[in-house]
Amino acid sequence: MISHTYRLYSPKQIRMDQIDEQLGEDSIIVRPTYLSICASDQRYYNGKRDTKAMKEKLPMALIHEAVGEVVFDPKNIIEKGTKVVMIPNTPIEENKVIKENYLRSSKFKSSGYDGFMRNIVLIDRNRVIEYDGFSDRVAAFLELLSVSINAIEHFELYSHSNREVFGVWGDGNLGFITSLILKYKFPNKKIIVFGKNPHKLGYFQFVDEIYEIDQIPNDFYVDHAFECVGSYNAEDAINQIIDHINPEGSILLMGVSERNVAINTRMILEKGLKIIGNSRSGYNDFFESIKFVKENKDVEKYLNTIISDEIVVRELKDIHTAFERDLTNDFKTVMKWEI
Amino acid sequence: MIYAEILAGGQGKRMGNTEMPKQFLMLGTKPIMIHTIEQFVINKNIDKIIVCVPKDWISHTKDIIEKYLPGKEIDIVEGGSTRNETIMNGCQYIEKKYGLYEDDIIVTHDAVRPFVTTRIIDDNIFGMNEYDAVDTVVPATDTIVESKNGEFITDIPERKYMYQGQTPQTFKMIKLIEIYKSLTKEEKDILTDACKIFSIKGEKVKIIKGDPTNIKITNLYDLKLANSMIMLRGNK
Repeated sequence: MISHTYRLYSPKQIRMDQIDEQLGEDSIIVRPTYLSICASDQRYYNGKRDTKAMKEKLPMALIHEAVGEVVFDPKNIIEKGTKVVMIPNTPIEENKVIKENYLRSSKFKSSGYDGFMRNIVLIDRNRVIEYDGFSDRVAAFLELLSVSINAIEHFELYSHSNREVFGVWGDGNLGFITSLILKYKFPNKKIIVFGKNPHKLGYFQFVDEIYEIDQIPNDFYVDHAFECVGSYNAEDAINQIIDHINPEGSILLMGVSERNVAINTRMILEKGLKIIGNSRSGYNDFFESIKFVKENKDVEKYLNTIISDEIVVRELKDIHTAFERDLTNDFKTVMKWEI
Repeated sequence: MIYAEILAGGQGKRMGNTEMPKQFLMLGTKPIMIHTIEQFVINKNIDKIIVCVPKDWISHTKDIIEKYLPGKEIDIVEGGSTRNETIMNGCQYIEKKYGLYEDDIIVTHDAVRPFVTTRIIDDNIFGMNEYDAVDTVVPATDTIVESKNGEFITDIPERKYMYQGQTPQTFKMIKLIEIYKSLTKEEKDILTDACKIFSIKGEKVKIIKGDPTNIKITNLYDLKLANSMIMLRGNK
């Protein structure tokens, strides 16, 4: 089975490779229909990862947020045309304590392993989940919802029960989705979003309060906080959270930073704060994400508002257009995959 | 119904000393033709696949399809002495086995073009919403030189108007059969290309964009090139 895989070889250099694919014993074939660009894809595309990571991981097909249609199931179990979300994480061992997305042995697509920029994806049947009832362009970033679901599950497991005020730092995609899920899961609690860009904060009308990060009153405190900033501003965001969180609160770290971050550990000790790391997601998180969108009809509408751009990809140059446009878009760029 | 007709009628005479037709030679881990068929197996728009092969190679074709595509229902039909005869044999087979209907579409494709992309096949099929015939082409990169006697140039057409034909070529089946039947023997003899059946009768043929990687494996050099294009996923 020849697949056409669009691999990044060096910053902004993508080549189509023809791969002689071998169908695994429990594999099916999925034709991607919608792909969504993540900030981590942009870091590779623009060469913003460190040199070592670039050398180790490239060439590699980008994109780990994608949905598609099943086009071939050798066992004839899944019907042709069934819509599925593809799970980018591939665990290769089972562990009863540690979640699949934290196992160091797991393989993650578009991080060292080819992502979904291919005409077909050969994937284990237990790495796809059927969905229906909402649009493919929204489903394209179910992965990002699953990341928030994973973090919120962590929060519920490990955080104390004073849960009146939640703070979400970050006015990007992850901040939007995390605060949206929090609002639905905790409808009677206060969800407050802290961001830098007033025009982006304008999208967060479903939350209880919005603050620009340089206008937070000194005596304002949240019970728990979700950090959805990452990158170069992660340090400022985490330190601001430490200043504005009540004692023994939990800080859920979700933003990826390329460099080490210096944080106020003295105050973490004094307040007895918990810092909980969150990364990626597993099968159950995807399952819960689908359920969340299906059960809450307005969620799809909210998610539609953060699709800044939809690019139809029919040839290689369209992929470059999508990545370039994404840099200037406020929120999500999705690719309608027709290549 | 949308049929894919894989044309493997050729005897591989251009391939050097090998006696095996080129479509059966190995490319990577499988015969070339199997790679080609697979591109249609994975296309959700295709309802049926028909493979046309030389008479003596029908059993061999059955064997390799059973080996590499177990359980897939693929019809094998004897090819004709020319390309267009082969296409027509496929059409007759379809008419006999499945019946012929107004909206039947046939996507014809060379068995020796295994690198055809999903987008090209989809574009061929979507083209049928508006047209009766669609051809896949790429802009000519070399200058095309015409010589009618093989000795001197008779014309050098402007390159910007020149394209190189690839496949698939896709047709409304009823229309294709109807026009083919209206051709004289002389007309049939000079027609090496199915789209020309339409164009010489003044029918519009829509061109859609092919891809330079959609190469036709006709000689040993092409096979070497194809084998160098294809790679294994490895631990990626």
